[in-house]
Amino acid sequence: MPEATRSPKREGRLWPAHLVLSLGAVLTVFPLLWQVLTSFKSFGESTRVPPTIWPHHWEWSNYATVFDSIPFTEQFLNTLLMALLRTAAQLLLCSLAAYAFARIRFPGRQTIFLGFLAVLMVPGELFLLPQYQIMQNLGWLNSMQALVVPGMFSAFGTFLLRQFFLGLPTEVEEAARLDGANPFTVYWRIALPLARPGLLALGILTFLWSWNDLMWPLIVNTDPEQMPLSAGLASLQGAHLTDYPVLMAGSLLATLPVIVVFMVMQRQFIQGIAFSGMKG
Amino acid sequence: MSLDTEVPAPPPVRAPVPEAEDRELRKRERAFAHRDKWWGYAFIAPAGLGLAVFYLWPVVQTLYYSFTEWGAFGGTTWIGTANYDTLLHDAEFWQALGNTLLYTGLVLLGIPLAMVLAVLLNLKGMRGTGVYRTLYFLPVVTMPAAVAVVWRWLYSGDVGILNQALDAVGIDGTYWVSDPDTVRFAVAAVGVWMTVGYNMILLLAGLQGIPQDYYEAAALDGAGRVRQFFSVTMPLLSPTLFFTTVLSVIQSLQVFDLIYLILGANTSVGVTNPAYGEGQTVVMLFFQKSFFDNQRGYGAAIVSVLFVLIMALTALQFRLQKKWVHYA
Repeated sequence: MPEATRSPKREGRLWPAHLVLSLGAVLTVFPLLWQVLTSFKSFGESTRVPPTIWPHHWEWSNYATVFDSIPFTEQFLNTLLMALLRTAAQLLLCSLAAYAFARIRFPGRQTIFLGFLAVLMVPGELFLLPQYQIMQNLGWLNSMQALVVPGMFSAFGTFLLRQFFLGLPTEVEEAARLDGANPFTVYWRIALPLARPGLLALGILTFLWSWNDLMWPLIVNTDPEQMPLSAGLASLQGAHLTDYPVLMAGSLLATLPVIVVFMVMQRQFIQGIAFSGMKG
Repeated sequence: MSLDTEVPAPPPVRAPVPEAEDRELRKRERAFAHRDKWWGYAFIAPAGLGLAVFYLWPVVQTLYYSFTEWGAFGGTTWIGTANYDTLLHDAEFWQALGNTLLYTGLVLLGIPLAMVLAVLLNLKGMRGTGVYRTLYFLPVVTMPAAVAVVWRWLYSGDVGILNQALDAVGIDGTYWVSDPDTVRFAVAAVGVWMTVGYNMILLLAGLQGIPQDYYEAAALDGAGRVRQFFSVTMPLLSPTLFFTTVLSVIQSLQVFDLIYLILGANTSVGVTNPAYGEGQTVVMLFFQKSFFDNQRGYGAAIVSVLFVLIMALTALQFRLQKKWVHYA
């Protein structure tokens, strides 16, 4: 940032901006903070009027109750596996198709691309009934396949990566081609490494969406052992409708992994969101 | 970018020209492309087949189902437009549609809010932008199911922190999410809370794309801060603002998990929330009819109408953009 603007005089004028921004930040973070504090209170303390801010007695048993009420470990692994498999599949399949749309000439390319774009424009709920039937016919209800398979394909991801490939310089690819490399080698060895920022953006978004997805798991996997955490949290709420400390503990456990990933990779997260916004 | 040393370049020179950039891309593509068509088909096939089976064909099927009735054992019978006739006279559907539209409108109010935050973060010499960005972004990455649970607690009528805070200043709170008068506004507030960070990031990226020269040129012409905002920032940010609005409308019209769980719709004893009808959205109704009441044809009709509505509202926005969006 420019040095001239660091002078104390200009800094001084920024305090109203800081005031507004901090006030907003407090309002933004407070619900999450309250969630953490409540998750450590006993049920009795959580309902006290006036409320206690800091837990008098740290009630760790709320977390144990979560593990007793839902098969948390299984659901955590289901969520992780679902998110990782969907993300890995999308990165591979979308980048392959995207590379073809950006760099390979073949009859029907425009028409097929229009088909991809058409999918991009349709709201997700229109896919659900037939997707459910496919899962039912394959006997995949209450299985990992049901959670993963439809989410492996993405028109959005293909479009995002196509835009990214189009923006990359072609010189190295051209040279490799002249040296006799086939299109797959050029894609795998040259284009893909160059597209890392785009792949990272798509990977982060897909992981986040998969982790948080609720409706599809509610539809296909009704067996608690086969649910991801989002659906597990919904059933926890069904069972402990007013035991808020337990609910807070459960929702914190379900979100924590993503929050941690976000904290570690926030720059990439935010750039990924901004990038998809710019190109989408 | 110091204000005092260099003479600002005349804006037109630095102006981004999208068409030229596009032409450049196409030229580059012409210059280099593999011409082996079988490789092309092989690259497209996995994603293409998956999309065709799980996405493209299902759209056709859903539209077809909306004209059918489902038997108890799965067969479908063609019943013409009967589902749509029912829909027209279904008070529950109209209520859900009204709720969804109101939610969408209220969440849009978050965009000016996000705009203010983005402008403040983009101020010259602003420090701590990274910290603010992180904090505002937390609700965006938080699982909506968890968000719903947390806000139910904040909104709780008897012991919720909101009512206790209001009580302290002498205001009588209510049962926010089970009071038919407040439920829609209560959930919309959460919608704004969840999306402000996201919209702010998009708008901030747009603001950062505005060349500093424009402001310097405007300042030389005697434009003050306010004038600069309306004559430089707004027009140049309008494409981003437009995009953010379109996206926000599309997403809000499909809202499901947040409201579904805030209303506490998932208990074993069924819906007990007296304000459920006032809170229910179109997608929630679709979910209920399709997967619980086994009225799949009717469910298909509901989402088909939603599809048309989303398309129409998006098309309308694209038509209206000529009046306010400036492309450089």
